[in-house]
Amino acid sequence: MALIKDGKLVDDVFVYVGDDATLPADGAVIVNLERWQSSREELLQRNEPVGIRLRSDQPPDLIGACLKKLAVVALEFPAFRDGRAYSYARLLREKYDYRGEVRAVGDVLLEQLHFMVRTGIDAFEIHSEDPIGDFEIAAADFSVWYQPTADGRRTALELRRQRS
Amino acid sequence: MQMIIASRLDDGRVVFIDAAAAWADSIEDGVVLESQAEIDRLMGEATQAVEDCVIVEPYLIEVVVENGARRPVEAREAIRAFGPSARTDQLIGRE
Amino acid sequence: MYRYDEFDQTLVAERVEQFRRQVQRRLTGEISEDQFKPLRLMNGLYMQLHAYMLRVNVPYGSLSSEQMHKFAHIARTYDKGFGHFTTRQNIQYNWVKLEDTPDLLRELADVEVTAIQSSGNCVRNITSDQYAGRAGDEIEDPRIYCELLRQYTVLHPEFSYLPRKFKIAVTGAPKDRAAVAVHDIGLRMHLNDAGQMRFEVLVGGGQGRTPFIAHTIRESLEPEHLLSYVEAILRVYNIHGRRDNINKARIKIIVNQMGIEKYRELVDEEWERIKDGSLKVPQEEIDRINAYFASPEYEVLEDISEELDAVRKIDEEFDRWMKSNVVAHKVSGYSIVNITLKAPGRVPGDINADDMDAVADLADQYSLGEIRISHRQNLTLVDVKQQALHSLWQELKLLELATPNLGQITDIICCPGLDYCGLANARSIPVADDINQHFVDVDRLALVGDLTINISGCMNACGHHHVGNIGILGVDKRGKEFFQLTLGGSSDEHASLGDRLGPGLPQADVPIAIEAIVDQYLQDRQKDERFLDTYRRIGIEPFKKAVYGTPESKDVA
Repeated sequence: MALIKDGKLVDDVFVYVGDDATLPADGAVIVNLERWQSSREELLQRNEPVGIRLRSDQPPDLIGACLKKLAVVALEFPAFRDGRAYSYARLLREKYDYRGEVRAVGDVLLEQLHFMVRTGIDAFEIHSEDPIGDFEIAAADFSVWYQPTADGRRTALELRRQRS
Repeated sequence: MQMIIASRLDDGRVVFIDAAAAWADSIEDGVVLESQAEIDRLMGEATQAVEDCVIVEPYLIEVVVENGARRPVEAREAIRAFGPSARTDQLIGRE
Repeated sequence: MYRYDEFDQTLVAERVEQFRRQVQRRLTGEISEDQFKPLRLMNGLYMQLHAYMLRVNVPYGSLSSEQMHKFAHIARTYDKGFGHFTTRQNIQYNWVKLEDTPDLLRELADVEVTAIQSSGNCVRNITSDQYAGRAGDEIEDPRIYCELLRQYTVLHPEFSYLPRKFKIAVTGAPKDRAAVAVHDIGLRMHLNDAGQMRFEVLVGGGQGRTPFIAHTIRESLEPEHLLSYVEAILRVYNIHGRRDNINKARIKIIVNQMGIEKYRELVDEEWERIKDGSLKVPQEEIDRINAYFASPEYEVLEDISEELDAVRKIDEEFDRWMKSNVVAHKVSGYSIVNITLKAPGRVPGDINADDMDAVADLADQYSLGEIRISHRQNLTLVDVKQQALHSLWQELKLLELATPNLGQITDIICCPGLDYCGLANARSIPVADDINQHFVDVDRLALVGDLTINISGCMNACGHHHVGNIGILGVDKRGKEFFQLTLGGSSDEHASLGDRLGPGLPQADVPIAIEAIVDQYLQDRQKDERFLDTYRRIGIEPFKKAVYGTPESKDVA
């Protein structure tokens, strides 16, 4: 499994810690929402980067108040057909102005990378023999976009107005 | 009596497995499965054919022989074997 | 008609190439069928009983003659020489090959036609009134807003993996010819007290297993907020829509489960946040799209209805066709002509390649090059000069496309059914043909008048049986086909779902039952009541008796 962040293959510094597992002495960790809620103080006292992994039935409104403390929000795609996390990504970026890493995990298909990038996801755990190659192809699938999102891309409408 | 029916991946056409585990366009050219062993063997071949991207969705169907011709028992499978009962490409009248 | 600019063309071309890569990955096994299926569905490609079926969009039912010629070419080159027009104003090809589809889509892109999102759990073709831009009762041309919505929903990154399919329809006239009340989102135009156009927004309508008439979520929406409001509705649906059960995943389920008040609350909360953001539609964009739908240069012509009446008095056949198939145009001296694809021996909604070319030529010759597809699976030529009507009619007769039955018993909406569709329980096409063969007497048809019959081969209701004046649903009972009838459905501005008449009937009894229902109607109707009016006045009992007999009677039809 490879982690792509900002278009580059990187090592994952974060470790997933199960709900009942002991937290490592140091190092960045990602926990579930339930673990965050039960071990919040402990996690913050460690003074290490913390991330939360949200299931597809856990919208970001549940963690809106504590986003400033989070380095990563990992959004689960339990099946690639489950498209809730696309909305969650946009809410994180556009409603909460979240600037940390938004990571797609789970059943992440290459074919979806383009849409994920557009909704504000900037990191991907993907299975691939050529992660960067595949990512570059998929992310560049389209050069024209109709809908405004927070990805900063200029929509066809904006380009038309500029032209006239 | 049973046969294995499937859809060919590249053109979507209905096909029937034959004794050599090849895929025939016509129900008459497929093989009627006589024993459980044969069913198991050829379903295994069919599963492999799915992996090899030759076909999709193989399954068993019941067939009978009427007037020397094979016919699936279920209406849906008969329509798959012989085509739709209403064919615009064969409408009588204007060419 | 909308014409692509370089942005639209680039997007479509890139989509075709993306799909070409996806097909390659499928054929070499890089992706499995399970992974490929949603991708091919989002390009309109189904695996059906006999072959792949490709569903091609006709946005809001508007087609140029050039595009119709291309449809004919596609039918000949990639299919078996015919196509099928659907209840969502699309065309379907039943015999395509997977390996051919990228080239097929490339050819369609050449004439600005796509199959993008004609299927899949995303927003589908936006449908509308087949008389859009031409009807006298119209407030504004709904196609402007359909096009605005089309661009907004195509390849929307957030809403391509919704819980289920999503269908939007728009009507610009108080008379609803677009069935908006049975769509996931329906948009109805009206004028406010200041004479400004506003949308009434309806949500949660739909047919299928659990049919619902849509609720009003917002009485009055300014056009500039159309996209942001739709985005709010879609976002709430994407997050809250059920994903545990495919039969409970449409927005109608969650709206009715939560209640419209709660759903509205969630939508309005989200909408407040985004309504003045980047989705606000500038007037110049509405104007830009509007320009594409500007009325053509009409000649200044007198209304010649009186002269036509004289011709009609001596030509009974022409008169019959004029009465049923020709409708008033908003411009004097012009008419709207309907061509039904329904006649004995025809598969409802089907048309072969030669006829497609012929209709395209007639559109050029008689109707400024444009053709409309209606959700009743018929065609419309919207700009025919009155003085050319008789000549056009004669040409249509030669093509056997002049059946005078618009909106009558034999103008049947019929899904492909078990003859083609993998979801079906029963064959629907033979039932439609039986009814057609039974009601050949055109005078009787005219006597009966408006009576819609809609047939679906399964509960998915692609044949819109819930909103037929008479609905027919094919069911499978222990391996045999039976047909359940419903009465009193309607898809117009007074939409209603049909009431179940009684136990399912074998196929042979269906035309007999229809005959009994029609007889009962003719017996009981008052003045110029349509069937629907009589039904709503007298209720279902007389019809139940007519079809099934009285409880004491041993003879069941």
